[in-house]
Amino acid sequence: MINLLINDQKVTVQAGTTVLAAARKLKINIPTLCNHDDLCVAGNCRVCIVEQKGAKTLIASCATPASEGMDIHTNTLKVRNARKHIVELLLSEHRSDCTKCYKNQNCELQSLANDFAFGDHVFLDLVEDRKYIIDRSSPSFIKDDSKCIRCQRCVRTCSELQYISAISVANKGAHQKISSFHDRPMSQVVCTNCGQCVNRCPTGALVEKTYIDQVWDAIYDPEKHVVVQTAPAVRVALGEDLGYDPGEKVTGKMVNALRQLGFNSVLDTDFSADLTIMEEGTELLVRLKKALVDGDKKISLPMFTSCSPGWIKFIEHKYPEFLPNLSTCKSPQQMFGALAKTFYARKRNIDPSKIVSVSIMPCTAKKFEADRPEMRASGFKDVDFVLTTRELAVMIKQAGIDFRNIEEAGYDSIMGDSTGAGVIFGATGGVMEAALRTAYEIVTGREVPFENLNITPVRGMDGVKETTIKIEGCVEAWKFLEGAELKVAIAHGLVNANKIMKMVREGKAPYHFIEIMACPGGCIGGGGQPIPTNLQIRQKRMKAIYSEDEHMVLRKSHENPDVIAIYKEFLDQPNSHKSHQLLHTHYVERDNF
Amino acid sequence: MPILQEIVQKHNYLTDEAMVEVARELDISAAEVYGTASFYTFLDTQVKGKYVIRVCKTITCSMKGKSDIIHTLEELLKIKVGETTTDRRFSLIETNCIGWCHKAPAILINELPYTELTPGKVSEIIKEYMHK
Amino acid sequence: MEIKGLNKVDLIFEKIDSKEVMIKAFNMTSAEIIQSMLDSGLKGRGGAGFPTGLKWKYAAAEKSPEKYIVCNADEGEPGTFKDRELLDRVSNKVHGGMAIAGKAIGAKKGIVYLRGEYRYLLPKLMIELDSFHKMIKEIGFDFSVEYCMGSGAYICGEESALFESIEGKRGEPRNKPPYPTTSGVFAKPTSINNVETLVTAMMIIQHGAKDFIQYGTKDSRGSKVFSVSGDTPTPGIFELELGMSVQQFVNEFGDGDTKAVQVGGASGFCVPRKKFAETIIGFEGVPTGGSMKLFNSTRSMYNVLHNYLDFFTEESCGQCTPCRVGCQQLLKGVEKVKKGEAKSTYLNELMKLADSMKIAAKCGLGQSVGNAFKSIVGNFKEEIIY
Repeated sequence: MINLLINDQKVTVQAGTTVLAAARKLKINIPTLCNHDDLCVAGNCRVCIVEQKGAKTLIASCATPASEGMDIHTNTLKVRNARKHIVELLLSEHRSDCTKCYKNQNCELQSLANDFAFGDHVFLDLVEDRKYIIDRSSPSFIKDDSKCIRCQRCVRTCSELQYISAISVANKGAHQKISSFHDRPMSQVVCTNCGQCVNRCPTGALVEKTYIDQVWDAIYDPEKHVVVQTAPAVRVALGEDLGYDPGEKVTGKMVNALRQLGFNSVLDTDFSADLTIMEEGTELLVRLKKALVDGDKKISLPMFTSCSPGWIKFIEHKYPEFLPNLSTCKSPQQMFGALAKTFYARKRNIDPSKIVSVSIMPCTAKKFEADRPEMRASGFKDVDFVLTTRELAVMIKQAGIDFRNIEEAGYDSIMGDSTGAGVIFGATGGVMEAALRTAYEIVTGREVPFENLNITPVRGMDGVKETTIKIEGCVEAWKFLEGAELKVAIAHGLVNANKIMKMVREGKAPYHFIEIMACPGGCIGGGGQPIPTNLQIRQKRMKAIYSEDEHMVLRKSHENPDVIAIYKEFLDQPNSHKSHQLLHTHYVERDNF
Repeated sequence: MPILQEIVQKHNYLTDEAMVEVARELDISAAEVYGTASFYTFLDTQVKGKYVIRVCKTITCSMKGKSDIIHTLEELLKIKVGETTTDRRFSLIETNCIGWCHKAPAILINELPYTELTPGKVSEIIKEYMHK
Repeated sequence: MEIKGLNKVDLIFEKIDSKEVMIKAFNMTSAEIIQSMLDSGLKGRGGAGFPTGLKWKYAAAEKSPEKYIVCNADEGEPGTFKDRELLDRVSNKVHGGMAIAGKAIGAKKGIVYLRGEYRYLLPKLMIELDSFHKMIKEIGFDFSVEYCMGSGAYICGEESALFESIEGKRGEPRNKPPYPTTSGVFAKPTSINNVETLVTAMMIIQHGAKDFIQYGTKDSRGSKVFSVSGDTPTPGIFELELGMSVQQFVNEFGDGDTKAVQVGGASGFCVPRKKFAETIIGFEGVPTGGSMKLFNSTRSMYNVLHNYLDFFTEESCGQCTPCRVGCQQLLKGVEKVKKGEAKSTYLNELMKLADSMKIAAKCGLGQSVGNAFKSIVGNFKEEIIY
């Protein structure tokens, strides 16, 4: 243990603790910028500097381990002057258009300026002479170099959490910047649009591409019928941008707010999540049968889930030889989109060309997914606009809705019913659990052998999870699986996806079915979720998802009455020709830079 | 880095294809390779000619007549600082102190230093290279 | 403070039989070698001036089977060219010094980081290295040296940036602690020393610490190689005893019209004529890696300052705010003042910024920009404004 003094107060910490963490133990807040709980230490912004007695220079508290007998002061004249200079220097290389900026009032640079640099700024504006790039090439996000303050959080995120390293630090000196491979537009490189960098950018340099105005236009167009679907992860995080603590379920209020915003029909992505389970579960069982009974050597196993578009783009760039292993099922968002302009249109007797299909997602990659050229199974663009959780909060504020105090409401029917299995899609392990709940019952006629249907081995924040389910007591049609051990694995965060893919490539993955989510924590940690993010926040959101599942009446996808109805009335059965037309897709190989 | 250095020695600069290939071999991202290359002045990612002429612009060479050397070179090669001749034989750039301050002004042509230059001397040197 | 006179010495470039010295070193224990360094008071000759004996002592104390000696041959400080001469003329002493250092700290591998601009020296160095390896193998030294090339980045002269570069990455300085002697290249205990330091270390082993301390002052022991350039009739390399005053230096090397001497290159101090007599060239006065530039009355100190700031703005690694942005602010700031687009009092704000950079920057580069800035602006204010 190490004893040190901070502002003349004694504190004892374990060896290896930084001065910053030691100060926090004493409830002393040292301001930071490049530091982030999810990422490794950088120590380059120099905002967290403090004075150490006996040292010639100020030290960066986030990067300096506490040592025995250290005497630290966090607010001396030297520190205050240096800190003010540093914040002013950052502001001088930042294009401040706060009143027009999407991050206005949620910007860490603004907060620092407010706390440490109000009053006259003496330094010269460095941005006006620079040739900076504002990259709007991606449908998911905008990269604005004029606002970048080079904290490198995005680079560390893309490298440590997401493995891809689509962006890195380039050049040096005054020309130093965050760049993709040779400054190519982000849409032309290996970026998966996962938006994790957007979640961690302290300023407006990285923000999602917003479609709020287009959605308002559609809503107020009397000719248009606007349907909206809401992803499971949105309902446990939306509250954070509207005054709630992390991990509070706001489902009912969200539905009511959407109705008040003017959407013609408020429906649930959880419905199509249940549908995805029917299609994907059947697909897996068919592949297993072909492999084990028919001895078909060409069958691709392990099978991977395909609902995370960030993961899809990842495998298309990095491991294209395994594209056949992906489930051919579309994501719940896209299944919903295809059905909205076919099944739903018919049921409601509406001209599909007048339907505008909007989705609220915790995700930025979904914006890219909706734009994929093959996503037009309905004959129109299946999903017209994707809004992030953050964008929905903005719309609610714009409409003047007093979110905290409105009543709860329920989803509309036809594609609004869902089960607990659908809602757990939002957490890592959720798709796997939902699939197992249904597949196991199809094969054995019994419920999964876990208390209260909670398959705990697939849950939690471990990067890679695995478990084995023994299949016994099969019904006649599935007797060939008697005694089989179904090995499954789950990974979240692309760095873990890469671990699994490496194992698969080397032939060392003994699994049959693998669920992969691009974002740490699964969708609840998605690139479109409220900022800030850290492990505790994501854990709270995850807890809320499983709680929502537990409180639902129906908890298995195959019991969803809307799902049963749609097969009866429209799709015939899972993996039917019609299902394949509307609900399944194909993938493309992409370059690896 | 040694890999990138070798590629530059052989091909004068790093093409995009070369960087992608290096990334593939080392199992790192192309953006990372680019980020490392762009840090170092000698690992050019823009087109460079067979002979890269680097003129020192730091204070002593500056005091001793670097500007005249630059003018002479610009006239001879018909390019401006930062450019490459259309036949891709010569590139002209400025660089920082190359360690010949007592014999300023000095330049490097690829690896070789040439010192105590005058406009006349530098013309001769370049003409020799032109005949290579 | 002692002021010694200007004394030319000829120890560093002395031709010697390295084998003899290596045998002597081989027969000393690690503790004896380190004690020799400590007794000599040798301080790093690259400019930072850390006591060499102490550095080797710390590195020796680390328990690790793998340790390294790194020779910093990334001489990039404007006005410094003495390491180039040393490598050209006495590379046997550089290699020898590394092997001795290796013995002292328990390292079997040495790496010379040679700046890209000196690549033309490589063929000659390789020949010498070959015979060096053969020679020490005969003696029984378990030590080998490898060369690693730089590619044009001044910041790679900073110790931790140099390690990053050897490891194939961008040359960005690391957070310290941990310090190189604990975790250096490849995260192993490393002693990184300047070319001249290693040559001098070998000299000390050869002649003994007592001989060495005859030269220099209490705080600046020994002699040093200086690279003299600028407005001088005798530019070149000179080995001089440490501890002379700038006045004595100017008397010998000036052209009769010297108005300022930049000691230590762009990251050093500019000494104006009025302070020549009272300023010592040594660690107790203005320290230097050897760069000495003389400016006479025809030179514009604004141009000098602008040249230095331009240099730093380009060569900064760009990681930390005070250096990356601070250098740009200083450069643009003096330009605006000169053009009359900013009031002359703006220089006071920039002086305060230079103070902040000195204590808040992540590495020596950012911390030293203020030296040149403050000394030039402080002593030649009129030339900056008008």
